[in-house]
Amino acid sequence: MNESAFLTRLIALIRKETRQMLRDRSNLLVGLLLPVGLILLFGYGLSFDVKDAPVAVVMESNSAAAREAVSGLEGSRYLLPVRTTSMRDAEKMLRSGRVDAIVRVPIDFAQAQARGDPRIQLILNGIDSTTASSLEAYVNGALGTVALRRMDRGTGAPASTGTVDIQQRIWFNEAGISTWYLVPGLVVLIMTLVGAFLTSLLIAREWERGTLEALFVTPVRPLELVLAKLVPYLVIGLIELTICVVAARVLFEVPIRGSLVAILLTSTAYLIVSLLLGLFISGATRNQFAASQMALLTSFMPAMMLSGFVFDLRNVPLVVEIIGQVVPATHFMGVIKTLFLAGTNWAMVAKSCAIMLGYALLLLFLTWRTVRKTLD
Amino acid sequence: MTEARSSVVIEELCKRFDGPDGEPFAAVNGISLTIEPGTLTAFVGPDGAGKTTLMRMMAGLLQPDSGSLHVLGIDLNEDPQAVQNRISYMPQRFGLYEDLSVQENLDLYADLHGVPQDVRQERFARLLHMTDLARFTDRPAGKLSGGMKQKLGLACTLVRVPDLLLLDEPSVGVDPLSRRDLWEIIEQLIEDEGLSVIVSTTYMDEAGRCDHVFVLNRGTLLAEGTPDALRRRAHGLTYMVTPRDGVPARDLQARLIDAPDLVVDAVPAGGQVHFIRQPESDETRLKDLLSDCEPQRREEELEDAFMLLLHQHDAPDEDATTPPPLASQDVAGPAAEHGDGPVIFVRDLVRRFGDFTAVANTSFDVQRGEIFGLLGPNGAGKTTTFRMLCGLLPASSGELQVAGVNLRTARSAARARIGYVAQKFALYSNLSVYENLDFFGGAYGLRGSKRRKRVDEIIQQFDLDPSAQSGNLPLGYKQRLAMAAGLLHEPEILFLDEPTSGIDPLARRAFWRTITALSQAGVTVVVTTHFMEEAEYCDRIAIQDAGRLLAIGTPRQVREESGLDGGHMNEAFIAIVEKARAEEGQAREAA
Repeated sequence: MNESAFLTRLIALIRKETRQMLRDRSNLLVGLLLPVGLILLFGYGLSFDVKDAPVAVVMESNSAAAREAVSGLEGSRYLLPVRTTSMRDAEKMLRSGRVDAIVRVPIDFAQAQARGDPRIQLILNGIDSTTASSLEAYVNGALGTVALRRMDRGTGAPASTGTVDIQQRIWFNEAGISTWYLVPGLVVLIMTLVGAFLTSLLIAREWERGTLEALFVTPVRPLELVLAKLVPYLVIGLIELTICVVAARVLFEVPIRGSLVAILLTSTAYLIVSLLLGLFISGATRNQFAASQMALLTSFMPAMMLSGFVFDLRNVPLVVEIIGQVVPATHFMGVIKTLFLAGTNWAMVAKSCAIMLGYALLLLFLTWRTVRKTLD
Repeated sequence: MTEARSSVVIEELCKRFDGPDGEPFAAVNGISLTIEPGTLTAFVGPDGAGKTTLMRMMAGLLQPDSGSLHVLGIDLNEDPQAVQNRISYMPQRFGLYEDLSVQENLDLYADLHGVPQDVRQERFARLLHMTDLARFTDRPAGKLSGGMKQKLGLACTLVRVPDLLLLDEPSVGVDPLSRRDLWEIIEQLIEDEGLSVIVSTTYMDEAGRCDHVFVLNRGTLLAEGTPDALRRRAHGLTYMVTPRDGVPARDLQARLIDAPDLVVDAVPAGGQVHFIRQPESDETRLKDLLSDCEPQRREEELEDAFMLLLHQHDAPDEDATTPPPLASQDVAGPAAEHGDGPVIFVRDLVRRFGDFTAVANTSFDVQRGEIFGLLGPNGAGKTTTFRMLCGLLPASSGELQVAGVNLRTARSAARARIGYVAQKFALYSNLSVYENLDFFGGAYGLRGSKRRKRVDEIIQQFDLDPSAQSGNLPLGYKQRLAMAAGLLHEPEILFLDEPTSGIDPLARRAFWRTITALSQAGVTVVVTTHFMEEAEYCDRIAIQDAGRLLAIGTPRQVREESGLDGGHMNEAFIAIVEKARAEEGQAREAA
């Protein structure tokens, strides 16, 4: 193949794709604004953190010991105690959703404490298990502060003699802020959306408008057609990446502990896979509507549900786990979260890039086959 | 070494596709032919003849199922890219990038073909001049008129001088003026550059300009030769006859076409009827048929030979693709009582879209029982006028009465009295014929037993198969079904938008036969068409261009107005539009 002719054709096609992209306002807006919308929505709207959660405190015993035991709840910025004396009221409040949990101090608390076996009942609303488990931790913590204080004053024995005292620390996300792990995951979602969704229209549009037929009967090669469609959207994707990283740092104060080069490298690799997936779907369906639906179903949804964006893949049935492993996003999700929160792990970066390279080559081959110069 | 010398050598070529009903059919069925270099060659045939499939195989876009195909001495099975590097191909729907400008489209193709920069400037200047697009280089291709788009498509395929140029129906759907311009460009380039060109077409006048003609029908090669040699096949069989005063030519034409054992084909032309006699027909019976008028011999044309070939080929199996014509007595007339005065009354009709005036100050009447034709190039305002008449689009200003009802105030009342057949097949493809008619009967407000009765009636009248799935019908029958649906509520006026585009000449004859029958039953018919010769079926026609009404009257009056008495409608049309454009140009210069 004559190299300069190849380059002339490729540049001509890239120029054409870029112009088309820039002139198709509605698509460009989807490409640029939707990610921004997603960042704001997920960054501000989606949080698993609990703040000022109402908790019914049922004081069946009004002894000083009982009052002291629950005093820790008052100072917590995560909890909002609602006092009541009747368990029946508390249950009613839980059922109607006015409180998320019930802390019950039984009538014989003082005596039990004297015996060295004080018990407090905690009832959680299991409808939202994420909130429930967060609340459990906060209530435990809040009640525990009282025991510590008692120890400090030397009044009474250590609260839990004979049991192991667990000193809990969460690494990399010390405060357990959900935004910290959601926002890096958002990078994956946005790369997927820009990649697969926008490109899913490209080849299908040429089939629908009949532009390929004339193009085929020129010296143009199928590979040139595919590469030319990749380039402009790669640029859009990298712009999106920049927006994501800046938003993560500035708006959500997510630490970026890994190297920016590594982030750029893995993101670009994933972006290329995503773009090629969109192009393949586009070429295979030859119909813009079908292609955009397919792209959403096969790339964006799995990236959200199965990649470990929110849900840990290790807890799902084997079949789902296997599907999850097939989804390219899964192999990017872990790396990008690590890069943001934990630091650079070059072995992980290399592995991810290698996997992406494999996917890219496979998809490039498949896409190339969809634009073989034939109308059959 | 004949292969190296010939542009194209095809041997026993076959290509099959799956039909809409799942049955495979042969689009190209054992064609063998040889095309010499340096010639202008035409593939002529009705839609579905296999022209496009053949073109696409020559361009390396479709794989033949069997047979061999060499283009420029190269076996297309082995190296399609080598052929694609040397030929240029203009598909029927040239896919211009509509969001790119004229210049950008040209640049793209020049880059892809590797045209050097210094050659390019000169070439572009020449192409832009010939296509008259030099003024519009910055305009997005999507904002060009249909004719200009086609010219730009041709320019894009001609950014360099190819060893062989393939043009697949370059003039389909293009108005007569643009069609003439396109051919002038092609002929100019053949003369200047010695191009080898293969063109497919349904227009006989275009085939007549070529050096060599191949006549195709349903995947087979019917005949080949020079236009003259082909034309002579109809020698001695062609006549013309003038109807008695007061009798529309189409009625006489209907009479002739209803006698297929005597007459191969008949068309109205210039107030007369041109017909082709069956070669072995009975002289005396023909005389009886035309007892009231005197047929005269006329010189045969390529079109006559073509129709003769088609009839001979289609005759053995009276198949389902071409519906048989309907006789007048089969068609029911409108239910409404006949009144006097015009049934459509239009005064100073204007329609604007923003700054753009699509229809300007248009006035005309249509009398009851008339066939009224609206003719004009793409973008002339035909469809806009049509939509306003049907109450689908409100007028910006002016007066508009249809079936005695003012459309500006009582649109739905008017709609109940008109039937509308859209250009595209607007029925449900996955419903059966009966289900479709039943649905539309309901939509027009027919209920219960009345609806059943009416649907049965119309199925019988139009000779339709009630259980056939609508989407699988041949085009001619689809057209007929659409018309049946438009007539369910027995409207006074039937509106037909480009009813004959895309259907073959035999089906078109049958279609017009039905229209004649409807008109004889008292239905008023308003029709748009881009086949100028179809104006001859109309009682009166109106010619529109750029939103203005240029001429109105009987076909004869319009022809006389153009100053070309006796010529083809096509030429009259071109003359009228050109005159009007020249006058407008002068007026603009003066101002």
